[in-house]
Amino acid sequence: MTEPTHSGQSADNSPAENNHTLDIQTQPRLARRGFLSGVLASGAAAASTAASLVANPAQAATPAKPSVLPPSAKGALAETGVPPDLGHGAGMPGSDFMVDVIKSLDIKYLPSNCASSFRALHESIIDYGGNTKPEFLTCMHEESAVAMGHGYFKACGKPLLTLCHGTVGLQHASMAIYNAWCDRVPVIVVGGNDLDAAYRPPGVPTFHAAQDINAMVRDYTKWDDTPVSLQHFSQSFVRAYKIAMTPPYGPVAISLDAALQMAPVHLHEGKMPYIPKYIPTSPPQGDSGAVKEAAKLLVNATNPVIVADRAARTPAGVGLLVQLAELLQAKVIDQGGRMNFPKTHYLLAPATAIAIADVIIGLELSDFWATVNAYTDNNSNDGHGTNASRIKPETKLISINSVDLNTKSNYQDFQRFQVVDVQMAADAQTTLPSLIEAVRSALPNDKKDAIAKRGELQRKTYEEDRIRTRTAAALGWNVSPISTARLVMETYAAVKNEDWALVASEGNVSNWPVRLWPMEKHHQWLGRSGGYGVGYGAPASVGAALANRDLGRFSVSIQSDGDLMFAPGVLWTAAKHKIPLLSVMHNNRGYHQEVMHLQRLANFRNRKVNLDGDMGPVGTSIENPDIQYHELAKSMGWWAKGPIKDPAQLASALKEAVAVVKSGHPALLNVWTQPR
Amino acid sequence: MRNNTMISKFNAVFLLALLGCLSSQVIAQTPAPSADQGKQAYVINGCWGCHGFVGQGGIAGPKLAPDPKPIEYIDAFVRNTRGTMPPYSEKILSKKDLADIYTYLKSIPKGPDYKSIPLLN
Repeated sequence: MTEPTHSGQSADNSPAENNHTLDIQTQPRLARRGFLSGVLASGAAAASTAASLVANPAQAATPAKPSVLPPSAKGALAETGVPPDLGHGAGMPGSDFMVDVIKSLDIKYLPSNCASSFRALHESIIDYGGNTKPEFLTCMHEESAVAMGHGYFKACGKPLLTLCHGTVGLQHASMAIYNAWCDRVPVIVVGGNDLDAAYRPPGVPTFHAAQDINAMVRDYTKWDDTPVSLQHFSQSFVRAYKIAMTPPYGPVAISLDAALQMAPVHLHEGKMPYIPKYIPTSPPQGDSGAVKEAAKLLVNATNPVIVADRAARTPAGVGLLVQLAELLQAKVIDQGGRMNFPKTHYLLAPATAIAIADVIIGLELSDFWATVNAYTDNNSNDGHGTNASRIKPETKLISINSVDLNTKSNYQDFQRFQVVDVQMAADAQTTLPSLIEAVRSALPNDKKDAIAKRGELQRKTYEEDRIRTRTAAALGWNVSPISTARLVMETYAAVKNEDWALVASEGNVSNWPVRLWPMEKHHQWLGRSGGYGVGYGAPASVGAALANRDLGRFSVSIQSDGDLMFAPGVLWTAAKHKIPLLSVMHNNRGYHQEVMHLQRLANFRNRKVNLDGDMGPVGTSIENPDIQYHELAKSMGWWAKGPIKDPAQLASALKEAVAVVKSGHPALLNVWTQPR
Repeated sequence: MRNNTMISKFNAVFLLALLGCLSSQVIAQTPAPSADQGKQAYVINGCWGCHGFVGQGGIAGPKLAPDPKPIEYIDAFVRNTRGTMPPYSEKILSKKDLADIYTYLKSIPKGPDYKSIPLLN
C-alpha cells in the first residue's frame, strides 16, 4: 500500500477518498484526517475535470457545458454528509502511550479543568491508566489547578502535572504559573492544542488553537516544547520533568497536539517508541575558590549575618543552615520564602539585625537589593519615593543563588541590581556542606572566644526580641473584630498537638505565625506565592493539604477574603476529593494593601479620600454586602461556621473545626479580623 | 532706651494677657474633644488601616494606644511626616478631628499583660 502524503492524496495520485478505509494501525495519519481530506479531494476532482476540458480540444468541440459542473452524488455526499466511523480500536491510541510515559515518572495527581483539546489524554488517563498515578482531580479553574501543584510540591517535594485547554485554559493558568516561576517551584503544564489548521475541527476548537500556545508563558517557564511525534513526546516529557526538577526549580510547559493524542502508536525507526529513563541532574554547586573566599570573609567578620530566603529546599537544608550559623555564631534573618531556620533558635534575628553586619551572606534571596536597602513610598522625587542604604558602607556581601543561572529578560522578578563582592551562581543548599567545611578549616583558634561571646550576646537579644513580640501581640487581645495576633495564636493552640503544617498564610496577619509559632520542621511553613499574584492562598493550601493528607499531617491555612474570591471553586475540589484542611479566615473585608495605597495617594495629593459609605476607599472594600464565606464553603461541601467576631468564641469553634478535619474533611471558619 | 524697654515689657505683658484671654475664648467656643467623635474620625480618616481599630499597631504601622505619645508629638508627626505614613494636612484632617482622635486614643484602656495570657506563654 502506498504511503499517503500529508495532503491526503497517496503518492500515486489516486484520490485520497478511496483511502479512508485504510488500516489506520499502519497508516495512522489517515484516521480522522483521511476522511476530511476525502471531502477536499472530491472538490478537487470536480475542478480537475473542468480543467481537462480546456486542455482537450476534441472534447471542447462537443456542445458547451456549464462552466461549473454540479457535484457528483458521491461528491455531494462527501461535502454534506455525516462523517463515517473514524475507526475505533485501530491499535493503541497515542494518548495511552502518553499515559505510560507519565506513569514512568510516578506523578501522583493531576489537578485539571477538563477540555476538548486534551480529551484523548483525559480518556486514556481515567480508562487506560485506571485513574491512578496520576489521579485526575476535578478543578474549576486552571489557576487553581496550577496553584494546587505549587502548594503540593512545597509540602512534599514532588511535582504535579496539570492539563490546560490550549489558549483559554492556559490564559487562566498563567498567573499561577508566574507565581510558581517566581517561587522556584516545578509544575508540569501540558496544554492541549489542535495544530493542523487544515484538519482541526472548525469553530470553537479553532478559536482555542494557536500556532504556539507556549509563547504566552515562555517568559516564566524554564523550558517548553511542542512534540510532533510520540517518540518526541516521551523524550520531551521526561526532559521537561528533569529540567523542572533541577535547581533552580521552575514550571515547564508542553503543547500537546490533539491529533497526536488521537493517532495510534506507530513504529519509530522500526521500533515502538521508548520511554527514556529519568535520572535526576545534580544541582549546581558553588565554585571552590569562591567558597573559600566566602569562608574567609565570614570567619574574619566581627558581625557576620546570614540571610536566607529559599535556601532550604528540603528538610536537610534547615540542618545545614543551623550548622553554619552555630559554627559562626552568626545571626540568621529568615525572609521566609521557605522554612529555613528554626524559630526557636537563639540565632534567629529580625530584619533590622542587618544594620550591624560587616559581612552578609545571602542564600537564595529573591531580592538582595531590598535586603540591604530601604525604599520609602513617601512621594519624594516626583513620586518615586526615597532609597537609603540599610547597611554600613564597608559591609561585604556574599551571594549564593541558583536563580542567577536562569534569568530571563521580560518579567522583572530578578529585582533591582545589587553589587555583590562574592557571587556564586549555584544552589545554596548544595553548596552549604562545602562552605561549612571551608569555614571550619578557616576558623583561627584565636577567634573562637570572640565567636562564643557573640553567641552569648545573641541569646540575650533573642530573649528580648521574644518579649517585645509577645508584648506587641497582647495589644488589642480582647477586641472585636479579632486581632490578628489572637487569631493566629488561638489557631495554634487548636492544632499544636497535631503534626501541623501551616500551608499558607495570606492577606498579611502582621507575620504573627512566623513570629510566634515554634516552627522547627521544614514542612511547618511553606512560604508565600512567589509572584504575589493574589488568589494563590486557597488553591495552594488545598494542594499542600493533599500532599499532607498522604503523609498523615494536619494542614491549616490562614485564608484571606480577597484571595479566596478569585477562584473559590477550589473549595469544591477539596470537598470532592476529600482533602482535609482547616481554613481559618482572616476576613478584614477589604483588599487591604490597596486600602492603604489609596489613602496614601489621596494624602499626597491633599485630597480627602472617597469612601462612599465603606470603610476603605472606593474600589478597595469587600463589604455592603458582606460575603458569607461560611455559607459559600457549606454550599460546596465544607463544614463551616461564622462569622465569628467575638474572640471569646474562637477557641470552641476551632475545636469543632479541628475535629472535622481530623475526620478527613475540610473545615472553614469565617473570622472577622482587624486589618493587619 | 529705658522707656522703650519699659514699654516693650508692658507690651509683652499686655500681649500675653490678650493671648491668654483670646485663647480662653477659643477654648470656651471650641467643643471639648470627644472620644466618640474621635473614634469616628479615626475610621473615616483611615488611621485604622495601618494602626488597627484600637491603635494596637501591626506590621504596617506602630502602636498608638494605650498610652499615646504627647499630643505635640502626634500633631507634629501627622502634619509633617515624610516617612511611610503620608502626611495629613488640615484640609484632610481638621484640628478638631485630630484632637478628637487623640482623645479617643487616650480613652483606649490597657489590655492584659502578655504574661497573663496563656496562649502567649
